[in-house]
Amino acid sequence: MAEENGGNGSSAPPGGAGGNGSSGRKTGVREQVTVLKETVQAKTKEQLEELKQPEKTQLYRSIFRVKHDAEPRNRALSVLSNVFFHLHPAKVNRDAVRYNFTWGMGGITFYLFIVLTFTGVLLMFYYHPSKVQAFRDILYLENDVPFGKLLRNMHRWAAHLMIIAVWLHMFRVFLTGSYKRPREFNWCVGVLLMVLTLLLSFTGYLLPDDQLGFWAVTVGTNMARATPLLGNEGPFGSLLGMTPYNDVRFALLGGSIVDANALLRAYIWHCIAIPLIAGIFMGVHFWRVRKDGGISGPAPIMLESEIKEEKGPRPVILKPSGMDQFQK
Amino acid sequence: MDWRQIWEVVSTPDNVPIVALLFLVPFYTWYAFRQAIANDQLIAIIGSDPGYAKSKYRKTQPWDPKWEREVHTWPYLMRMEFLVAIIITIILMVWSLTLNAPLEEPSNPNVTMNPAKAPWYFLGLQEMLVYFDPWIAGVIMPTLIIVGLMAVPYIDNNPLGNGYYTYRQRRFAIWTFLVGFIGLWVVMIVIGTFIRGPGWMWFWPGQTWDAERVDYAVNRNLDEVFGINGHWLAHLLPASSAPNAAIWARVIFGIFPLAIFFVLAGLLIHKICMMSEFSQKLYKRMSILQLVTMYTFLILMISLPVKILLRLVFTIKYIWVTPWFSI
Ligand code: HEM
Repeated sequence: MAEENGGNGSSAPPGGAGGNGSSGRKTGVREQVTVLKETVQAKTKEQLEELKQPEKTQLYRSIFRVKHDAEPRNRALSVLSNVFFHLHPAKVNRDAVRYNFTWGMGGITFYLFIVLTFTGVLLMFYYHPSKVQAFRDILYLENDVPFGKLLRNMHRWAAHLMIIAVWLHMFRVFLTGSYKRPREFNWCVGVLLMVLTLLLSFTGYLLPDDQLGFWAVTVGTNMARATPLLGNEGPFGSLLGMTPYNDVRFALLGGSIVDANALLRAYIWHCIAIPLIAGIFMGVHFWRVRKDGGISGPAPIMLESEIKEEKGPRPVILKPSGMDQFQK
Repeated sequence: MDWRQIWEVVSTPDNVPIVALLFLVPFYTWYAFRQAIANDQLIAIIGSDPGYAKSKYRKTQPWDPKWEREVHTWPYLMRMEFLVAIIITIILMVWSLTLNAPLEEPSNPNVTMNPAKAPWYFLGLQEMLVYFDPWIAGVIMPTLIIVGLMAVPYIDNNPLGNGYYTYRQRRFAIWTFLVGFIGLWVVMIVIGTFIRGPGWMWFWPGQTWDAERVDYAVNRNLDEVFGINGHWLAHLLPASSAPNAAIWARVIFGIFPLAIFFVLAGLLIHKICMMSEFSQKLYKRMSILQLVTMYTFLILMISLPVKILLRLVFTIKYIWVTPWFSI
């Protein structure tokens, strides 16, 4: 039957070879096919045409929910309805988007953290934290893995850059006085983030298991021996029964020397524990930037004559939405 | 002048961040101060003309009354963020393509590296090891830095300069931070990287790092300088403990220079705090707890340059020697 209709179904004579009742059915089918053909063609054309405006498709709308035109409402919604973007407020101080106030350093630090997570995960595919394998894995990575050298270089230089960026970020936060009320606590969160950044770098230094990392970590952890009370060579350490086999250094290294256990501990701190903790603190940090009223400035300058003498306890500054009823 | 040595130190891949730091820190200091000075000028203008203060947009950024105060995050902020991300990626790519991460021989506890250096960001602490025992340089100082930084917002109760660059309104705070961050942290890192060679000895730039060099330590403790030997204390003690007189005499002696240091450093800080009328006003606003905390941290901060001076200029090792620890 397919053959019969093939090619020029529309020009086929009515009736034809079939006969006795089945011919009527045949004509019906033929007509249906014709109609179908036309509608499919028309619809395909129409729908292909629609694809030129992908933002109208159901798929697109299910993902993005709002149009991305220059309407103020949609500009706000495109930020508010995206889980990643909504870390930002819908609108910001027009002077704060210039580079010269924040130097973008907090953002750069965060971006480097993301780069490090990405390259770090890739590096983990090629790395075994054991004394036998670690150094060979690095050699393999550098010489045989496609783009392995680039991967390792990027991870290392991004780590160094992140430390510089975090210091410069702190420097600008200090110089703009952004740690002042109400941002005191976020400054403290920041200090902890800086410590975590340094520790991340330090634990990573040992992982290639080469002379550089080995001696750097040896020098670094030797200082832990001298911890007052808790180190075997520290003041009053021996009085408390500290030996090289039970002091803080032992706890850090999982042994009395930098060896297999130290490598494993460094690996777990570096790849799991510290990134996790730092990630949580970053969440708190960003949350607080918003809750403390957004970026501190550039604020209008204030004069000495405008300082108000404080009487009684300091007023509550924050008014999170929904809390109005609780304020007097 | 050993240019090869200079090149070797500067071009060591892991030292490149410090070379970058040498440029970035001065650049951003200049960049911040340029804005601070502009703001300070505006403060002076507005301060002298109350009428002007009401009408003026109090920022040095360009301003037009017709403009909106706020702009949409998308696209005005986020396009900057994406741009910065792209630039950083390009910098990283170029850096990674041109310079390889270092990889030395496999680790070997029997072959010591000379000099054995901590990672560059901890070299400030390693440099402190020259001046202080490890329990101070490696444990107490880092703790003080962290706690001291976290205490900053709770000590500094100057309400001015919140959210804009200024120097005039925050002289004391800014000087303290510059001395701490640049003087006692970045400079120490630079010294630890470029100056300290084999045996952690001092090599001027251009001097060859000679692993055979030996420095004879001529350092003495302060009590030796004063000739404390416990002679007269031995007469006061019961005969059974007389042999320990020298030790006890040192313990007692050492308390004095320390106490004198604390008093002098405290006076110095007090003097600085009283320098301007405005800082006196701020001083009066501080609570006792804030004052005590501020003095403690600042005195301990000053102790580092003082100890550096004592060691490098007067070749003094310890100030206070006790059987349990020495300072
Ligand atoms: C992993 C480390 C860090 C990340 C990813 C980070 C990220 C950020 C970001 C993205 C901002 C928004 C404004 C800007 O970019 O400047 C910010 C603001 C802030 N950060 Fe950080 N930061 C880090 C470490 C620190 C440190 C070390 C400090 C201080 C010791 C600090 C204190 C602050 C404060 C007080 C603000 C609010 C500034 C303002 O309102 O002007 N942060 N941080």
